[in-house]
Amino acid sequence: MKKLINDPKNVVDEAVQGFAAAHPELVVASADPIFVRRADAPVAGKVALISGGGSGHEPLHAGFVGPGMLSAAVPGAVFTSPTPDPIVEATKAVDGGAGVLYIVKNYTGDVLNFETAADLASAEDIEVRSMIVDDDVAVKDSLYTAGRRGVAGTVLVEKIAGAAAERGDDLDAVTAVAEKVNSRVRSMGIALTAPTVPHAGEPSFTLTDTEVEIGIGIHGEPGRERIALEPADALVARLVAPILEDMPLESGEKVLLFVNGMGGTPLVELYIVFRRAAAILAERGIDVVRSLVGNYVTSLEMQGASISVLHLDDELIELWDAPVETAALRWGR
Amino acid sequence: MGLGIAWAKAWMTESARIVSEHRGELITLDREIGDGDHGENMDRGFSAVLGKLDGLPADASPGDALKLVATTLISTVGGASGPLFGTAFLKGSQAVAGKEELTADDVVAFLTAARDGIVSRGKAETGDKTMIDAWTPAVDAAAAAAGEGRSEPEVLEAAADAAERGAADTEPLVARKGRASYLGERAVGHRDPGAQSTALLLRAAAVSAAS
Repeated sequence: MKKLINDPKNVVDEAVQGFAAAHPELVVASADPIFVRRADAPVAGKVALISGGGSGHEPLHAGFVGPGMLSAAVPGAVFTSPTPDPIVEATKAVDGGAGVLYIVKNYTGDVLNFETAADLASAEDIEVRSMIVDDDVAVKDSLYTAGRRGVAGTVLVEKIAGAAAERGDDLDAVTAVAEKVNSRVRSMGIALTAPTVPHAGEPSFTLTDTEVEIGIGIHGEPGRERIALEPADALVARLVAPILEDMPLESGEKVLLFVNGMGGTPLVELYIVFRRAAAILAERGIDVVRSLVGNYVTSLEMQGASISVLHLDDELIELWDAPVETAALRWGR
Repeated sequence: MGLGIAWAKAWMTESARIVSEHRGELITLDREIGDGDHGENMDRGFSAVLGKLDGLPADASPGDALKLVATTLISTVGGASGPLFGTAFLKGSQAVAGKEELTADDVVAFLTAARDGIVSRGKAETGDKTMIDAWTPAVDAAAAAAGEGRSEPEVLEAAADAAERGAADTEPLVARKGRASYLGERAVGHRDPGAQSTALLLRAAAVSAAS
């Protein structure tokens, strides 16, 4: 293992300190318990949005804290959900009196810890709602699994729900917008290599030089199937097909196409992926009217990418285009 | 003679030791069918528990100690195992609240409440390839041993033996809850890390009662 770290136990603390030092105009970090909040929080009268989860997915979530997106982010240890305490403290720090929405990726640990935090915050008379992001089509949603995972689509939920909160929607309305985005976005990922969790010291799984894992999650947890490496266009087709199978789109419908890097894949390859994914959608008459390409929901240094398709309508386009000012997404201000 | 506060403290000291000793093994099990953080998280949690034991008042009961374990695990472990083991100790401690010494029947009540707490929080059933597959055999074995009039250490030993068998028996299963459920058939052949750590904790309980 070769990493730019000091003690593996201090990875999250030191990264959060550095993040706060780099973006003092946007965020303030709390050290104990650890969370990152908007510098201007609480914003009176507006719904606050909190997300969180294991670290190792940067810029998710702290990189999306700022006007027009999240009010606070609660990072856990690498690939480990935060405990309830910091979530509750973050909730108290950002509640502007209009309530707080938790945006939770669908992993057993995240769901349980945010559930506990919501109970504790409610006991302190803060109105809290939770919504679960589960955009990953790789996992069969059935009684026999923990359900679909929350992956790259989380960024789109956070951006669009954040815009709804910024324009002054109430807690029910912001929650409804977040649920709407989640119901209209599907994602599918691929890994070329495994990530190495700092305290584990070894890769989370092994892929040979000629293998790829299709349907990967964002923790290096294995996915749907392991196949031999193919040219990018063929692999992109394998990612787009299950998305469109799960969410059939008519010709003429508008989408946002999001190609997300997992941390170890260069942008040059992400654009090759985008090119082919856009072409497949165009062949079906689907109109890509908005796009996002880059490393937004990563899995440490894993090589790989995910493709997300968000079915847009006029409201979602307006909210997507609304101003946002965070470390990782910034426009319109 | 029942199990008093000295046993509860010894159990936690031994748990911290055994979890630390098996940290790498738990990480490896979790890497195979999860995300590789279980050993680290449990080690962090029980190290924190160890640090808090000295702060217990002199007249603390076993239930008080086990409740402290619960809140410490909930606030330090994270992931799914933090709320699940935390709930187990919380519900278990409530089942034996106020008792100075735990009898064999109290041990069964503790284990039963702990298991039921995990089930209500995590919604897993027997055979889902989770920690429940170690807890339920442990509860059943403890109840049987207590029913035969065995001593507290013997009841805990029966529970630990059954939990170890239960953990081993998760190997051929397909996971239906937790992160391993994403793997489908590929989880077959791997032991569930949460069932394994359950077996370690119950072994620590038995060792502490016997010594």
